[in-house]
Amino acid sequence: MPIDILMPALSPTMTEGNLAKWHKNEGDEITAGEVIAEIETDKATMEVEAVDEGVLGKIIVSEGSENVPVNEVIGVLLEEGENAEHLTASETLASMSANAEIRGQVVNPSVDTAAVAVVPSPRPKGSEMKSIGASSMLTVREALRDAMAEEMRNNENVFLMGEEVAQYQGAYKVSQGLLDEFGDRRVIDTPITEHGFTGLGVGAAFAGLVPIVEFMTFNFAMQAMDHLINSAAKTNYMSGGQMGCPVVFRGPNGAASRVAAQHSQCFASWFAHVPGIYVVSPYTAADAKGLLKSAIRDPNPVIFLENEILYGQSFEVPDDPEWTVPIGRAKVVREGSDVTITAFSVMVGHALKAAEELSKLGIEAEILDLRTLRPLDTETIVRSVKKTNRIVSIEEGWPVAGMGSEIAAIMMENAFDWLDAPLKRVCAADVPLPYAANLEEMALPQIGDIVRAAKSVCYAE
Amino acid sequence: MARASQSKNRKRSSKAPRPRARKRVTPSEDQLLEYYKDMLLIRRFEERAGQMYGMGLIGGFCHLYIGQEAVVVGMQKAIDDRDAVITSYRDHGHMLACGMDAKGVMAELTGRIGGYSKGKGGSMHMFSRDNRFYGGHGIVGAQVPIGTGLAFAAKYKGTDGVSLTYLGDGAVNQGQVHEAFNMAELWSLPVVYVIENNRYGMGTSVKRASAAKELYRLGEPYGMPGEQVDGMDVLAVREAAEKAVKYCRDGKGPYVLEMMTYRYRGHSMSDPARYRTKEEVAEMREQHDPITNLSKVIVHAGYKTEDDLKKIDKDIRAVVADAAEFAQASPEPDSSELYTDVLVDA
Repeated sequence: MPIDILMPALSPTMTEGNLAKWHKNEGDEITAGEVIAEIETDKATMEVEAVDEGVLGKIIVSEGSENVPVNEVIGVLLEEGENAEHLTASETLASMSANAEIRGQVVNPSVDTAAVAVVPSPRPKGSEMKSIGASSMLTVREALRDAMAEEMRNNENVFLMGEEVAQYQGAYKVSQGLLDEFGDRRVIDTPITEHGFTGLGVGAAFAGLVPIVEFMTFNFAMQAMDHLINSAAKTNYMSGGQMGCPVVFRGPNGAASRVAAQHSQCFASWFAHVPGIYVVSPYTAADAKGLLKSAIRDPNPVIFLENEILYGQSFEVPDDPEWTVPIGRAKVVREGSDVTITAFSVMVGHALKAAEELSKLGIEAEILDLRTLRPLDTETIVRSVKKTNRIVSIEEGWPVAGMGSEIAAIMMENAFDWLDAPLKRVCAADVPLPYAANLEEMALPQIGDIVRAAKSVCYAE
Repeated sequence: MARASQSKNRKRSSKAPRPRARKRVTPSEDQLLEYYKDMLLIRRFEERAGQMYGMGLIGGFCHLYIGQEAVVVGMQKAIDDRDAVITSYRDHGHMLACGMDAKGVMAELTGRIGGYSKGKGGSMHMFSRDNRFYGGHGIVGAQVPIGTGLAFAAKYKGTDGVSLTYLGDGAVNQGQVHEAFNMAELWSLPVVYVIENNRYGMGTSVKRASAAKELYRLGEPYGMPGEQVDGMDVLAVREAAEKAVKYCRDGKGPYVLEMMTYRYRGHSMSDPARYRTKEEVAEMREQHDPITNLSKVIVHAGYKTEDDLKKIDKDIRAVVADAAEFAQASPEPDSSELYTDVLVDA
């Protein structure tokens, strides 16, 4: 069978071009890879190489022709033993129409953009476990350490790496004692090289290990953003489900105290934007432990946002090493009938204090600790709002495209008819965090701000 | 001897000699034919991919490996099923060399359900756990720390596995490459960094992009040995690969191989390659083509005649034609696939 030589495209958007020059004449022998013609568009000139070998049997589109459609037959190649008699007009015409058909199929793919709907990622399975048995008062710091130690005892493939996690016992002492118990094979001090060790952790996870990668603070994770998003979050999808990435990235997030703009930032909404990862940010020591254990056991990448100010705070934590907290579930930490307040991490403490003040004014706030920011527990938020008909969202991050913006959208889509007042956001001021004590206080959400916002949605001013 | 950087014993002279032919163990007839067929499969596959791209059957970016076939084929002959391979986005050749099926690779290029990533990854993002091929990464340099992590896992688990981590000459100026080099040597990880120096990072030549001209020496400050190899000669590549892989397998740490190679085609399909002369390309194709040169060795040794090789070519063309047909017949992914594989089910 003679082989059709088609007008090639330089790019997927090219539909036609000029056939500038034939380098071969009819009857010339052609070897695969040889340049046979030149085509040009307004952007570029390109050499056309022969894909097959044979003899140029016929030139159908002569050189100098303009606006030749892509995929049009421009010449015919004869294979060994064939001659010009094999070329019949009907054959060529048939192949031209066949190619036109291919073009119709491929160049105009049917994309129904209207069908793209908001489909939130499913929550991991597992339900809230009732804690039975003894509990102890632990700091958040100790609870995180215990979670890592227990899971490292459970699974030989779990290891911890990060800056100062081993000999120094952690920049914030979260990994205290782990080097002694597990040794330097499993508790690894890295150089200050976030982009590098984040990528290395992703590779180790692809190969079946379960890395816990500590960022001294999440501010430094921006150095590693490419691996967090492009490598960790997307590869399972891009591989058709072959390349799961069981890794936990953890460390303190948000403002500490007086460390100024580059070291004080909440990354919750940044990461919550991205499909392919979970984002967790606990408040209590019990949730810190139970959620970190779930994160380590989960086959997906988890961004685990801690808070420096909470590390030293103590809470009751169940002793049972099999007790975990499921990812994807918010928790009602205070019941109330008048207004729902959503918060996460250190802001839950602020919200609880604000609720006490509100109670004195006769307003009973229901406080939801979101705990997981991706996937958000929409069901629990909506259920609470159907009861209180009012909602205030608290976060330490900036307002624009923040978690509060997302919750506002959820209200519009899922609870519009139950709202008696517009949602109110309490966020960081829309500025880089200042160093001066007075300005810093003004820039971060304070208890008074929450009280004011709650009163405002209750029209109690 | 090829150029070698032996930073550990500091015996290298500042002006190393150009690579020249070395005495080597003569490969068997079967080995030579295997190398020939493997390289030819990549060549024919890529030519077909280029043609299908021109027909609009392949979308987006498509980076062809034509000219560089000796590098992956020679490297692959030095590893076994303990070892892992990872590369950037010029990856079709690596996948075929790893034993991935031409049909599945071609169907991924056409974005069909029969592709290795069910059509969700495309040319630059393909993987096969079964063949220990870890991608296919679209961000220049990103595969280097990830490949170092594969080596970390091999050492952690004690598998004796080695990670072949490929990168281009354009990637060596990425900071993360040096971050990975540092950790690999610090922790003595079994990784061979294969720098495929095809002289141009997209349209920018190495001399315009890199202050360090001898890329095989880039691991030197970290204490990593390096060697420059004629990447157009599959036998030279295989020999260097065996040495490097053994070094890693013996627990001595990472190794750098700089493969002097050349891509005949543009950076991607839409690149007219105006940054180099036609004479330069022609000289490489005519004098240094890895497939033509190996065919001469085979014919000269009397193992096969020109006609025998034509028959091999015909068989390989048939394999590629089947792959192309499969890639067009395989359906597009079902719309239900849009929301699958975002997360692994716990």
